[in-house]
Amino acid sequence: MQGNKIVIRNRWFSYLLERKAVLWTAGLWLALLAFTCIAAGMGTLWISPVEVIKGVAGLGDYVTILYSFRLPRVVMSVFAGACLAGAGALLQSVSRNSLASPDMIGITGGASAAGVGFLVLSGGSLGIGGLSVAAAVGAMATAMLLFALAWKGGISPLRLVLIGVALQTAASSLASFLIIRSPHYVASQAFTWLTGSVYGSSWDNVAVLLPWALVLGAFAWALSRKANVHELGEDVAASVGSRVTPERTALILVSAALAGAAVSQVGAIGFIGLMAPHMARRLVGPSFGAVLPASAAIGAMLLVAADTIGRTAFPPNDIPAGVFTAAIGAPFFIYLLVRRRPS
Amino acid sequence: MSNGGLQAASLSLGYGGAQIFERLDLRIPQHQITVLIGKNGCGKSTLLRSLARLLKPAGGSVVLDGKDIYSQPTKEVAKKLSILPQGPVAPEGLTVLQLVKQGRYPHQTWLKQWSRDDEEAVARSLAATGMTAFADRSVDALSGGQRQRAWIAMTLAQDTDVILLDEPTTYLDMAHQIEVLELLSELNELEGRTIVMVLHDINLACRYADHIVAVANGAVYAEGAPSDIVDEKLISGVFGMDCRMIRDPVYGTPLCVPIGARAAASSTFIQTARERESSYVG
Repeated sequence: MQGNKIVIRNRWFSYLLERKAVLWTAGLWLALLAFTCIAAGMGTLWISPVEVIKGVAGLGDYVTILYSFRLPRVVMSVFAGACLAGAGALLQSVSRNSLASPDMIGITGGASAAGVGFLVLSGGSLGIGGLSVAAAVGAMATAMLLFALAWKGGISPLRLVLIGVALQTAASSLASFLIIRSPHYVASQAFTWLTGSVYGSSWDNVAVLLPWALVLGAFAWALSRKANVHELGEDVAASVGSRVTPERTALILVSAALAGAAVSQVGAIGFIGLMAPHMARRLVGPSFGAVLPASAAIGAMLLVAADTIGRTAFPPNDIPAGVFTAAIGAPFFIYLLVRRRPS
Repeated sequence: MSNGGLQAASLSLGYGGAQIFERLDLRIPQHQITVLIGKNGCGKSTLLRSLARLLKPAGGSVVLDGKDIYSQPTKEVAKKLSILPQGPVAPEGLTVLQLVKQGRYPHQTWLKQWSRDDEEAVARSLAATGMTAFADRSVDALSGGQRQRAWIAMTLAQDTDVILLDEPTTYLDMAHQIEVLELLSELNELEGRTIVMVLHDINLACRYADHIVAVANGAVYAEGAPSDIVDEKLISGVFGMDCRMIRDPVYGTPLCVPIGARAAASSTFIQTARERESSYVG
């Protein structure tokens, strides 16, 4: 085999990597880093990337403005975008459906409804940690419901998307109903959360999302080999010795938890879970071990970009990031549908 | 008779209440090519799937190397037996190498995903299927025959003694069908792998099988060597169709000339057919 592969082999471990995938993934992460520095510098006051790096290290004139205002929001965008993209990559892999993404098929909706339900029940008094648990549980419950409903000796991609759309609609109706029936101060809190914006993110929010993102991300990555085999179809997966049902359930639950965690902190930001994995596969190929980190980097960049445009392009208004992700994402979804090979 | 190999013991199979097989006993001869034949919907694919533990039996058991297939960890079974399902679809952009490599799944661990054994088995499978030159090509960009060979290479990389294939020649043109069957028969001959497959083409089944299992009405209608069991009576019993059985002029195996219902009902047709045949034979 030629020079486009890298073989790592010693007594303890051995891997075969595609050079192209490794280089692109590394490149995307570096690009994300650069992108983050530039985004943190943008605003009413322009801070050069060099000053941003100095500021992050605690030097220079901009430490306060960076740490108090700019960074929490940018860092939140990075992790939330990465979580949403990772959730999408997992879902597309396990359902063998390139149209699946947490916000298309009700998982985001389920997280929103559960989050709003939690805010209403707790009267807005409980902490944001509880909100994220509620949203993650809502996401996972919806995911399981979806797969239970869509299951008919296997999962047809179209069936999954159609049932998912119905669940998404039902979940948002439920969320609206809960908001309308709740007292005003809770309603406004829930509504702000639902709109889906990184606006107002603090280090507290980051601290809630970070462990979820890291643990679930690592877990998802550890499942790469299984995800790859599931993409060959249920029968082939079973033939090579995969325990199909428990593994599939694990993949779906990790995906839902990732989406739920992100939604709990930034609200229902759409289309990142759909777009990022597609772009990633174009660059690194279909191997999940590369698709996941590449999607995460792309998802992070998408959300950082959307949020940066939202807060700088139309002053004095701060436009929610979800507006921009939808503006690119909706046409992208239509493009995918039109281009899709008949199956 | 040895304990080794694959067998069905008093196996009952069904889909959602409808019973397809009742207490079926079947022993797959080791190191031979067995072909399951039968009408559409007679359950031959179902039988094949259950032999590969893809379908849980309603009763009885599938025994592999003397032990119930369900009492062994699925990964251990995957080291002894592989199945290539009908019409598998690879994800977009997956290369032949990436596909074939996944046949090594049961031999890999989380840390060891490309051992020397893995590399050798993959190289061997690619060579055996003539796919080495295509290793870096996308599976979805290959021709039908090449694609099927790539999937067979994946199945071979699993390195199992028993290989099951569900209609490996479907959707392939005549030349590609022969190509795939030649490949399988070569593997059987050179490496002694036990091959079990479902085929629709009776003539090709007779040519390539050592052992034929004819399935009809939820039971084994007949089994044995093609030249011993495949005759006009079997075709009529299994497929409900008239035919004339002759000898393959090249391979010497049974060759079936199907006779449609309209022709069978017409006495003039039968008369001309007789004359044609005697002039041909004479």
